[in-house]
Amino acid sequence: MAMSKLKTIIYKIFFYLFLLVVTVFSLFPFYYAIVTSLKSKSELFSVDLLLNKIQLTNYQSVLTNDSFLWSIVNSVLVASAVVGISLLAAVTAAYALGRIEFKGRRTLMVIVLAVSMFPQVAVLAGLFEVIRWFDLYNNLLSLVISYTLFTLPFTVWVLTTFMRQLPKELEDAALIDGATPWTTLVKILMPLIWPAVITTGLLAFIAAWNEFLFALTFTLTDDQRTVPVAIALISGSSQHELPWGNIMAASVIVTIPLIILLLIFQRRIVSGLTAGAVKG
Amino acid sequence: MEQSLAKQQVPKRTLTLLPKNLSAQQQRVLYAWAFLIPTIILLLMVAGWPLLRTIWFSFTDASLANLDEFEWIGFGNYLSYEEGEYYGLLTDGEWWQSVWNTVFFTVMSVSIELVLGILIALALNQQFPGRIIFRTVVLIPWVIPTIVSAKIWGWMLHDQFGVINHLLVSADLIEKPLAWTADSDLSLWAVIIVDVWKTTPFMTLLIFAGLQMLPTDCYRAAKIDGIPPLKLFFRVTLPLLAPTVMVAVIFRALDALRVFDVIYVLTANNADTMSMSVFARQQLVAFQDVGYGSAASTCLFFIIALITLVYLYLGRKQVGMDK
Repeated sequence: MAMSKLKTIIYKIFFYLFLLVVTVFSLFPFYYAIVTSLKSKSELFSVDLLLNKIQLTNYQSVLTNDSFLWSIVNSVLVASAVVGISLLAAVTAAYALGRIEFKGRRTLMVIVLAVSMFPQVAVLAGLFEVIRWFDLYNNLLSLVISYTLFTLPFTVWVLTTFMRQLPKELEDAALIDGATPWTTLVKILMPLIWPAVITTGLLAFIAAWNEFLFALTFTLTDDQRTVPVAIALISGSSQHELPWGNIMAASVIVTIPLIILLLIFQRRIVSGLTAGAVKG
Repeated sequence: MEQSLAKQQVPKRTLTLLPKNLSAQQQRVLYAWAFLIPTIILLLMVAGWPLLRTIWFSFTDASLANLDEFEWIGFGNYLSYEEGEYYGLLTDGEWWQSVWNTVFFTVMSVSIELVLGILIALALNQQFPGRIIFRTVVLIPWVIPTIVSAKIWGWMLHDQFGVINHLLVSADLIEKPLAWTADSDLSLWAVIIVDVWKTTPFMTLLIFAGLQMLPTDCYRAAKIDGIPPLKLFFRVTLPLLAPTVMVAVIFRALDALRVFDVIYVLTANNADTMSMSVFARQQLVAFQDVGYGSAASTCLFFIIALITLVYLYLGRKQVGMDK
């Protein structure tokens, strides 16, 4: 009896130790970014894990930098527009794929899933040409168009999953009354599916906010950049003298909204992510 | 006569632009296609057409500076033979280096993420105080933009002032600071570390979702029989979890094979860490060689397409497309 009790205690110690290690591993980099961002230039090069005094100079220089502020505005505009367009197209598509039986449905599902696996580089040259045709190079609209490559298949896929989970009986009454699929979607299914729509939109927003390759390739000037490109391109007077304080301050600024979203929508984000891949 | 009867049977509310003599099911099918039109057009514009053009470009000598005039050169970008020597992508050492880097990166990061993901998911599956908080904490690296995480780790791995070197030296694990992102033996590992940090949460979530769907009755039976936890894990949990793990691994592997941003930001255009995506973009944009870059992109596309097919085959039951 004593033996097994000891075993349980040892097991518990290991368990909590594991939780502690994982927590430190997950949080430490972001914590260290905050610590670095609050240091002065001279303190930067002595490694301290704790802060002795808080200096806001890095935030000041980042937040008074017009091109960085514009990049935040650009990111918000692009991500919102992409999410809006993707959701509009995806809600109807998901209804068709999730609730109507027709020939070719399965093939379309496979195509949508396959597109979500596209390596972005594989469409880079072709997409560059399309964007030049529309004369959208170095224009935020080029990003709105190109981001649908990954947001649209994702939103269609996840919303289809959610649509299929709704009971069939819901529609039957509407069908007997002779309601069109459009009426059924707007009046009956939408009120039920909107939490899923918000979840999906949120995940698509995060993906668009974080995108880098297209933003780096299709924009050229400071005023058209998005946040990831702006941060990647922050440079100092020489290659060996990167302004790490500024970079960390900018990093913290663009990450905080995402962490707040995570804290608020934690449960939804988890269900949305897993619905995309595991649930049937 | 029959037609007019059918007309009368259709309730007035369905009077739309559709032909009136359709059955309810036919009407629904028409609606389905109408509903799909925006999505189909958008996907053709951003995926279908650009992909075909990229493949087309890979058989030409197109350059970024002049995309309108180019010549068809057949397989020249892939392999050509001139005056006793072979040229093209298939003989390009740097390309094969990038293929190797990508495969090594994918195998290493996905395996580490898998082991960590299973361990953390098993922990999350236990009842303990603060479980929800722990789940949120674990998810934090996933919401941090890849660029930001690459920058943060780039700073932590800094050869002179990095906190990692500082801690390792203080703990006497290494004698002098290491050049994590520049040393050719270490830089790919630096990339792997950052990727593991950033994407383990995703793996954890997928496996956690799989764990929650496992039937509970065999665990109750195992508990009554007094089967030790380790044996229970390898004999019961893991086999039951295998389909989920399979899907998660392929999902992550496909993601890892197209890796771009971590590598681009952490180690720039360094041949030691260059992935296939970084190589292709460098050819396309930096060297303006659209033909050659497209050839590299096309190869990457077909590798990923092949694995996607395997994924679709394996995941068919998982994603429930058979119904």
